[in-house]
Amino acid sequence: MKKKFFSTMLFFVIATILFVFTAGAQAFAAPPIKIGALFSVSGPAAFLGEPERNTAQMLVYEINKAGGIKGRKLELVVIDTQGDPAKAVQGANKLIKDDKVAAIIGPSTTGDSMAVIPVVEKAGIPLISCAAGIKITDPVKKWIFKTAQNDALAVARIYEYLNKQKIGNVAILTVSDGFGSSGREQLVAHAKEYGIEIISNETYGPKDTDMTAQLTKIRASGAQAIICWGTNPGPAIVARNVKQLGIKIPLFMSHGVSSKKFIELAGDAAEGIMLPSGRVIVASQMPNTDRQKKALLSYVTSYKNLYKVEGDHFGGHAWDAMMLLKGAIEKAGDKPSAIRDQLEKTTKFAGIGGTFSYTAQDHAGLTKDAFVLVEVKDQNWKLVK
Amino acid sequence: MDNPSQLVQYILTGLSNGAIYALIGFGFAIIHNATGILNFAQGEFVMLGGMFTIFILSFLNIPLPMAIVLAIAFSTLVGILFERLAIRPLKNVKPLSLVIITIGASIFIRGAAMLIWGKDTHALPAFSGNEPLYVYGATIMPQHLWIFGITILIIIANKLFFSYSILGKAMRACAYNAYAASLVGIDVKIMVLLSFVVSAAIGSMAGIIIAPLTMTSYDVGIMLGIKGFCAVIIGGMSSGLGTVLGGLLLGLLESLGAGYISASYKDAFAFIILLLILFIRPEGLFKQKETQRV
Repeated sequence: MKKKFFSTMLFFVIATILFVFTAGAQAFAAPPIKIGALFSVSGPAAFLGEPERNTAQMLVYEINKAGGIKGRKLELVVIDTQGDPAKAVQGANKLIKDDKVAAIIGPSTTGDSMAVIPVVEKAGIPLISCAAGIKITDPVKKWIFKTAQNDALAVARIYEYLNKQKIGNVAILTVSDGFGSSGREQLVAHAKEYGIEIISNETYGPKDTDMTAQLTKIRASGAQAIICWGTNPGPAIVARNVKQLGIKIPLFMSHGVSSKKFIELAGDAAEGIMLPSGRVIVASQMPNTDRQKKALLSYVTSYKNLYKVEGDHFGGHAWDAMMLLKGAIEKAGDKPSAIRDQLEKTTKFAGIGGTFSYTAQDHAGLTKDAFVLVEVKDQNWKLVK
Repeated sequence: MDNPSQLVQYILTGLSNGAIYALIGFGFAIIHNATGILNFAQGEFVMLGGMFTIFILSFLNIPLPMAIVLAIAFSTLVGILFERLAIRPLKNVKPLSLVIITIGASIFIRGAAMLIWGKDTHALPAFSGNEPLYVYGATIMPQHLWIFGITILIIIANKLFFSYSILGKAMRACAYNAYAASLVGIDVKIMVLLSFVVSAAIGSMAGIIIAPLTMTSYDVGIMLGIKGFCAVIIGGMSSGLGTVLGGLLLGLLESLGAGYISASYKDAFAFIILLLILFIRPEGLFKQKETQRV
């Protein structure tokens, strides 16, 4: 009898301890806030998705190490879209229905972004795209924001510089993919307002290995400058071909090649080439008065420490998306609609891509100030003042 | 700039691209002539040549010529493994199945290269400087001269090998009639293996000499392989002058088309030519029609 009483007591004691312990643990660790991420980590747009994923993971790790947001940890659910809109839509559905995320960052490309917009709008989940296409936030969609700079802003930077140099006749050479055609559209659309005439308009294929034919034609056209719009490796070949042909007029590239990789590929031929870029590649050359300098330096050093490679422009888009989200959740909590409303109130957030101010009419949030003009000098980027 | 020198530039560009296509086309022709199959993994040997060289240069501190020899050796090894593991185990299968296997192998090699070396593009240093040479107001790079020189050497070596050496003659015998060749004591299996060795070596050589100009990455093999295939179809599957002329013709049409019509259709020219040849003269432009003896 006594023995039975003892074992019953023991059972109660253990049960109580267990109960208190688990309940206590629950009270101390609130469930994590889930953030979805759609990045093209593999496939043709991997040069965007890979640094973006790395950056987002790095930030989540740092935020959690510092105690999370108001004591709640973040959990990042990354889905690889492979640059395929169909996979992006599947991924968005999974994030919304299975993972029940509070917000989504990405996708990396304009195509993927446009594909997931209807899904996200219907579910009412805030999404911060890392792609540049102007149509993502124009017209404004309630739940959609973006961090990558519009191509039009990069075009404006180049055209302003050309005006200053009194150059009026230009040749454009664009790659025949989504990035190139968007750039081409913007170059053509804005030429008139800057008084610039496009006297030669050429394209090349993303896999082409020789552009001397197009450049010979451009040389014959008498253009005073060449603007090439593409992502590696095409522009590096263009740079080499320009040098080979002995063309002496200034060559401009797009922000699509604003990473060290371009200089490495083009070698000597990169010298003197100018391009509009986010500030990240010239972070240390920015004047101390620059609002973004603190964020830029912190991003560049922690990325370099963790991944042993230079953080770039593209990873910066994910940095901005993640930090904008962090700010919104800190102020408004983790309800999707509250996050959205708070995002729209963002003013003068100094990030990597520029200084963001979202309003109900503007979900892109940047001005042409987001770009600076840089020049390749001694195999390095130099800020053009 | 006046029109004549513009034309010279298009012709020079076309010829130098054409020489590359011809070199890649050779690889197709050699394997086809020994085995009757089209090896669609030929473009991957081109990629392997360039990528191995860059990989060896960055890991071993050895001079470029040594790295090139090693890279060709490694690519050839891949060719041997490919033949031993994927082609030889299949006995008595139709050539079509083998062709499909080569497509599978090319996807496999490309995927493996992507996993091992990543998706980045790499540039190889030029063999002899980056200062352009002027020819009648047009320019070419010293590297183009290397491409012309090596292509000519390989054509001559090919001709000598297949016409005068015992091994070359034995390979031709296999191509003509494998059964009869085996009856006179030629080891057909060895000849097939040898054809893979030679075409892997030539393919990787092509990949190495163009890497300083065009740069290289895990996926350059697809387009270059197709262009090489066009060259060899125009040349009528010959491992001699026909393919060279086919490659040069293709390069010229591409470059003139891009210059005078539109660069947007550059690749389309190659495919239109390919289709036209296949429709009108499937035996190639430069081959005499075979007469059937009765």
